[in-house]
Amino acid sequence: MIGEEVQVRLREIVSRYPSARSAMLPCLHLVQEEQGYITPEGIIAVAEAIGAKPDEVESVVTFYSMYTEEPKGRCVIKVCTSIACYLRGCDDVLAHLEQRLGIRKGETSSDGRFTLEAAECLAACGMAPAMQVNGRFFENVTTESADTLVDYLVSAGDTAALTSAWQPVSDGRGMATVSRLDAANPAVEAVEAADTADTTAQQNGAHER
Amino acid sequence: MSETPGTTPANNSLPLGPTPRFLTRNFGVPGIDRIEVYRQHGGYESLAKALTQFEPDALVEEVKKSGLRGRGGAGFATGMKWGFLPKDNPKPRYLCVNADESEPGTFKDRVMIMEVCPHLLVEGTIISSFATKVHHAFIYVRGELPLAERQMARAVREAYDAGLLGKNILGSGFDLDITVHRGAGAYICGEESALLESLEGKRGYPRLKPPFPAVVGLYSSPTVINNVETIATVPAVVEHGADVYAAYGTEKSKGTRLYCLSGHVERPGNYELPLGVPLRTLIEDYGGGVRGGRQVKAVVPGGSSTPFLKPSQLDTPLDYESVAAAGSMLGSAGVIVLDDQTCIVGAVLRMTEFYRDESCGKCTPCREGTFWLVQLLERLEAGHGKESDIPLLADICDNIFGRSFCPLGDAATMSIVSSIKLFYNEYLHHVTAHGCLVGPRARGVAVGAGANV
Repeated sequence: MIGEEVQVRLREIVSRYPSARSAMLPCLHLVQEEQGYITPEGIIAVAEAIGAKPDEVESVVTFYSMYTEEPKGRCVIKVCTSIACYLRGCDDVLAHLEQRLGIRKGETSSDGRFTLEAAECLAACGMAPAMQVNGRFFENVTTESADTLVDYLVSAGDTAALTSAWQPVSDGRGMATVSRLDAANPAVEAVEAADTADTTAQQNGAHER
Repeated sequence: MSETPGTTPANNSLPLGPTPRFLTRNFGVPGIDRIEVYRQHGGYESLAKALTQFEPDALVEEVKKSGLRGRGGAGFATGMKWGFLPKDNPKPRYLCVNADESEPGTFKDRVMIMEVCPHLLVEGTIISSFATKVHHAFIYVRGELPLAERQMARAVREAYDAGLLGKNILGSGFDLDITVHRGAGAYICGEESALLESLEGKRGYPRLKPPFPAVVGLYSSPTVINNVETIATVPAVVEHGADVYAAYGTEKSKGTRLYCLSGHVERPGNYELPLGVPLRTLIEDYGGGVRGGRQVKAVVPGGSSTPFLKPSQLDTPLDYESVAAAGSMLGSAGVIVLDDQTCIVGAVLRMTEFYRDESCGKCTPCREGTFWLVQLLERLEAGHGKESDIPLLADICDNIFGRSFCPLGDAATMSIVSSIKLFYNEYLHHVTAHGCLVGPRARGVAVGAGANV
C-alpha cells in the first residue's frame, strides 16, 4: 500500500524539479522499492504526484528495463553479458548460476528468493566478469566466488546485510575500483553502513534546498 | 624508448611531467569522496578561482583555448558547444551532465569519478554552470549504478551544506541548484536528445536534430549537455590554466583521457594518459600485454560502437584524428582487446545483441535491422549459415546506417562492417566448415571432425 509517508517522499522528489513531470523516473523508483514492483496503485500514486495521466506513467514504465510490473525474487542477480565480460567468461558464470539455482536466466525461483537475469554492460569492463545483486557490484567473478555468494545468500536469507567490499585500487599506473567477494565473510563493509544511513536521510527529505 | 607517448617534442619541458593526472590525482586517497578530505586536497579551489578571477565569458574562452573536447564519444569542442547557447533567449538555461555511462567497454565515469571522487564532478558542474550562466544543473546518472548515484547525491548535499551550492555561492552572487537524477535502464538515454526526453519524464526517444539542444533543449530551453569526464576536467583547466592543459596531447586532441582498457589483457583498468598515446603502449606497457602471452587479434578502440582495428594498426596514436585516419573512432576511449583465440563471429554477435536489445524502437531500420543482424549472426556462428549471409549482413548494415534519428543504428553496424572487411575468411569458415577457426568454443569444428552429429 502507498501510505502517507510515501506520498510525502513523492512530493519531496517533485520539489527538486522545475517541472513536476521530470520527477517521473525517481518517483517510479520509489514506489517500486516500496512495493517490490510497479503496481496499478503505484502508477496512480505517481500520476497524482507529478500531474500526469496513469496511461502516460504506464507508457514510461514499459519503456525502461528497470521497472517491472511482475514481482521478482528477493535477490535479483544480474550477470553482465556484454562484450567485455563475454571475453572474460561471463557465460560460464551465468551457466553455473543457472545450474546452481535451478532456474534459467529471466526466471524466478519457485520460493521467490532468486531472480537471475542477464544484464547489458554494467560499466565494469575492467573488472570483468561482473554481476550485481540487488544493485551491489561484484567484480572479477569466478564460478567459485559466485558459489560463495549464493551460499551466503542462502544462509543469510535476506540481502539486508549483503555488501561488496569496495575499494579504489591502484597499481601505480592504472586504476580501478574493485569489489570482491570475501570468501570468509562476504557481508562486512563499514562504508556501506554509512551509505545506508545517508540514503535514509535523503529519503526522509534531507535534501537541502 | 617511447616513454612519453602523446606528447609533442621537448617532453622535459612539460609543465607537469610526461603523464599529468588532471582527473585522477586524488585517486586512492582515503575518504576523498567526502567534502572535507576533498578540500584538504585542493578541492573547490578551482571553483573559488573561477568565481573570483573570471567572468563567465572569459571562462568559456579559457575552455576553448584549452582545446578540451567532449569525452562522451563525439569529441566536439566543449568551449565551442558552450558558445552556441543563444545570447538573446530569455528562457532559463540548463546544464545536463550525461552520467548515463553504458557504452560496452566504457567504465570511467562510474569507476573513476562518480564512485570515488564525486566532488570533482560537483565542482566541475558548478564551474561549468557559472561559465554558461546556468542556475539549475542536472546530473543524469544511469539507473543501474546505484552506488554512483548515492555518492553523487551525498556530494551534492555536502556541497549545499558547505555553501558551495544554493544562493550566492562563496559570496559571488552566483546561484546554482544541482539535481541528481536517476535513469531507469535504457542505453538510448545516453544519446543527448533522448536524455532530455527522459529527464522530462517521457520515454527515451531521440529527437530530430536540428534544432540542437543548445537552442531547444530541456523544457525547450537552451541546454548544454556534457559527459561526466568532460565536466570533471574543467576544474583542472581552471587550476592549471588552458595553456598547461593544452601542452598535453596532440595538436588537435589536447589534454588527457581516461582510457578504459578491457578484454584479454593482463592488467585491465583505467589509465589517465595524454591523448595520442599509441595503442601499443597502452596495451603492452600499461595493460601488461595480452593475457597468457597470446597475440592481439583485434582491438575496439572507442567502445563497442566503433570499428575494429587490426594488429598491424597497433601503433595508431589514440587521439581523435589518428584513430579516425585508421578507419575507426576514439569514441568513449573504451579499448577492448581481443586475443587470437577469440571467435570474431561470436564476439560480433554478442556486440550486436546489445544493440538489438537497446534499440529504442522509434526508427524502423534500427529496430528491425538489428533484429535481423542478430538472427543472421546466430546462424553463422552456429555453423548453419550460407555464404550469401555475409553480403546480406553488409547489405542490412547499409540500410541501417544513416537512416535513423540517432547514431544507435549506425553504431550497431560498426563491428559488423569492419569485421567482415578484416576477417572475411573467418566468416567464410563458419559457412564452409560449419564452425569456428579458433578458440575453445570452436564447437562447429569439433562437431564436424568428431561425432558427425
